[in-house]
Amino acid sequence: MGIRVDSSKCSGCGICAKGCPFGAITIEDRKKEHPKFKRIAVISPACTLCGACVKACPFNAITIKKEEKKPTEDLSIYKGVWVIAEMSEGQFHGVTFELMGKGKELAEKRNTYMGCVLLGSGIKEKAPELISAGADKVIACENQLLKDFYDTVYVETISAMIKEYKPEIVLLGATAAGRGIASRISGRLKCGLTADCTGLDIDSNGFLVQTRPAFGGNIMAEILSGNNRPQMATVRHKVFKPLEPDAARKGEVIDFSMPEGIDRNMNIKEFVKDVSQQVNLADADIIVSGGRGVGSAEGFEIIEKFAGTLAGAVGASRAVVDAGWIPYSHQVGQTGRTVCSKLYIACGISGAIQHLVGMQSSDVIVAINKDRNASIFQVADYGIVGDLFEVIPAIIREIEQSGN
Amino acid sequence: MNLIVCVKQVPGSTDVKINPETNTLVREGVEAIINPFDLYAVEEAVTLKEKFGGNVTSLSMGPPQAAEALKETLSVGVDEGVLLSDRNFSGSDTLATSYTLARAVKKIGEYDMILCGYQAIDGDTAQVGPGIAEELGIPCVTYVKKIREVKDGVVILERMLETGFQVIEVKLPVLITVVKDINTPRLPSLRGKMKARKAEIPVWTAADIACEMDRIGQPGSPTWVRKIFAPPQKTSGRMLSGEISQQAKEITEELKHLQLI
Repeated sequence: MGIRVDSSKCSGCGICAKGCPFGAITIEDRKKEHPKFKRIAVISPACTLCGACVKACPFNAITIKKEEKKPTEDLSIYKGVWVIAEMSEGQFHGVTFELMGKGKELAEKRNTYMGCVLLGSGIKEKAPELISAGADKVIACENQLLKDFYDTVYVETISAMIKEYKPEIVLLGATAAGRGIASRISGRLKCGLTADCTGLDIDSNGFLVQTRPAFGGNIMAEILSGNNRPQMATVRHKVFKPLEPDAARKGEVIDFSMPEGIDRNMNIKEFVKDVSQQVNLADADIIVSGGRGVGSAEGFEIIEKFAGTLAGAVGASRAVVDAGWIPYSHQVGQTGRTVCSKLYIACGISGAIQHLVGMQSSDVIVAINKDRNASIFQVADYGIVGDLFEVIPAIIREIEQSGN
Repeated sequence: MNLIVCVKQVPGSTDVKINPETNTLVREGVEAIINPFDLYAVEEAVTLKEKFGGNVTSLSMGPPQAAEALKETLSVGVDEGVLLSDRNFSGSDTLATSYTLARAVKKIGEYDMILCGYQAIDGDTAQVGPGIAEELGIPCVTYVKKIREVKDGVVILERMLETGFQVIEVKLPVLITVVKDINTPRLPSLRGKMKARKAEIPVWTAADIACEMDRIGQPGSPTWVRKIFAPPQKTSGRMLSGEISQQAKEITEELKHLQLI
C-alpha cells in the first residue's frame, strides 16, 4: 500500500482522523514505545489514498507514494477526442452537442481532431448535423441491430472502434444509457472512467484533468486517468455549452462495419412513455418542485399549473413521493434524480440535505415557504416567505399580465 | 434461485465539508450506513428468495467495520454475508472494485441473479454494477424499477429511463441495478436481529479470491484523485419582503431580467 505513517514523527494528535472523509484513520495506543508520544495514527483499508490526511498533518508524518506505473504502450499513438453521440426517437440528445463544444476545445489544446461516434439504423444522413456542430470526423456505424438501444451491442461496437482508431479521450453523456455503457467499455478496455464531470481540461503533461463533485457536491475532486488510454469521462446534460452550428464546417465521414457475431443477450419488448411528465425532468431548463407544503395530491395542481406557465418540469421532494401524491419519476434528491436546471423553484419544500444535494447546483434557486427558518432558504438566491397557495397565483398573474 | 446482493457502507450523511482556509476536510460525527439504494436490492433479493426458494448472499468490499452493514442485511432475511477486506484493496477505483467483487462472485459460484443499488450516495458513479457484469461477461440491466416475472430461466423487467421505461426480457444469469421505485424495504424482525447479532461474517482477502495483484487496489486503478477542494462558495441569497403581490412582482421582474422566463 502506498500510504505510510512515520512513527517517529506522528504525535497521535488525531487531526488527520478528523480530516479523513472516509473515516479510514483511527488513533490507537502505540505497540512500540516512543519517548514522547503514547498514541499513533493507524490507516485502515477504507483509505482511498485521497491525500486529505497528508495535507492535514501538522508534522508531515504521513506520506503517500503512488506506484509509478510506466505506460505499457506508446501513448503518442492515441490521437483524437471522441464524443459518443446519443440519439432518442431520431433526434440527438442535447448533451451530444454540449460534449462536442467541450471536445473541440480539448482537441484544439491537444492539437488533434474531434471525432463523433454515430451508431444506429438509417443514421448516415445525420452526419452533416454533427459536422456543422464541430466534428472533424464522424465515425459512423450503420446497422439494423443498432436501431434499438441494446447495451451490449453498443459496448461491443464502440470498443471495437476505439481499438481500431485509438482516440486519447472518449466522452459520453451521463444519461441512463451513457452511464451504463461507459462503465462496460472501460471494463473491457481496462481504462479509467470518471463519472459526472463538471469540468474537463488538459494539464501541462497533456493529460485530461477531470473535475467532479463528491459527497453530494460538498467536495470537488480533480481526477487523472494515469497512463491508460483512452481517458474516459461522462458529463451530465447542461454542464457544457454547445458551439453555434455552422453549415460551412467541413468534416470526414468514416464508415465502420459492426463486428460480427454480437449477441445482444436480451430483448426489449416495448417502451412505455411516462405520460405524467409533460416536460422531461432530467433535461428541463426550468423546474417547479412541490413538497409537503402542497398539502395533498390535489394540491399538486397548483405546482403543475405554475410549471405549465413557465413551460417547465414538475419536481417533488421525497416526502410527497412517499406519500403517493406524485410518481417517483418526479423525485429530486439523493434517492431520486439529480438536476441541474437554469431555474429551480422550490415550493413548500423544507430543504432536507437529501433534497438539497439533488438540486443545489441549479443556476438560480427560488424558494417559497411559510417557515422563515426552513433550510431551503440557505441555498436559495431568492426567498419568499408565504403560503404557496397565495404566492404562486400572484406570480402566475404577474407573469400573465406582463406578457412573454 | 441463488441470489447475490452487493452492498456498500457509506457515510450516513453527505454533509462533509472542506474548511476553505486550511483546505482540509471536516467530518463531524458521521455514522456509517448501508447505501440506501442497496437496501432496495437487498429487499428485492429476499422477496425473490421467498417466492422461488434458494439462497441470498450479501457481499461487500470495505474496512473491517463494514461487517456491520452485512449483519444488517442478515437481519432482514439474507442468508449469509461475505466481507472482502484487505489492505491491498485500498485506493480502488470503480474498475478495480468491479474486478474484486467479480472475483468474489466467482468464488461464491452458482448464482442466477446479482442485484446492486444503481449507485452509491457517496460517489454517485453508477459504474460498479455494470463493471461487475462486464468482468463476469453476463448481461446487465440498469435502473430496474420492477421485476415483472421470472419463469423458465428468463426474467422480465422494467428499466427506468429519463422519459419512460423499457420492458426487457433477459436470460439468467443477469446483473441488475435497482432504483427506489422497485419496493419498500422491510424492517428487521426480532428474530432477524438476534440472528444478525450472533452471526460471524467471513472475511476474504485478495488471496482468498485469487486476485491478480496488479488489478486490485491502487495498482489496479487507472484513475486517481490528484486534488480535493471546496466548491466555489455560493453568494448568499436575498429574502424578498413586502406584500405578497409586491414580492410576486419583484421576483417576476428579477427572473425576466435574468432572462430565465
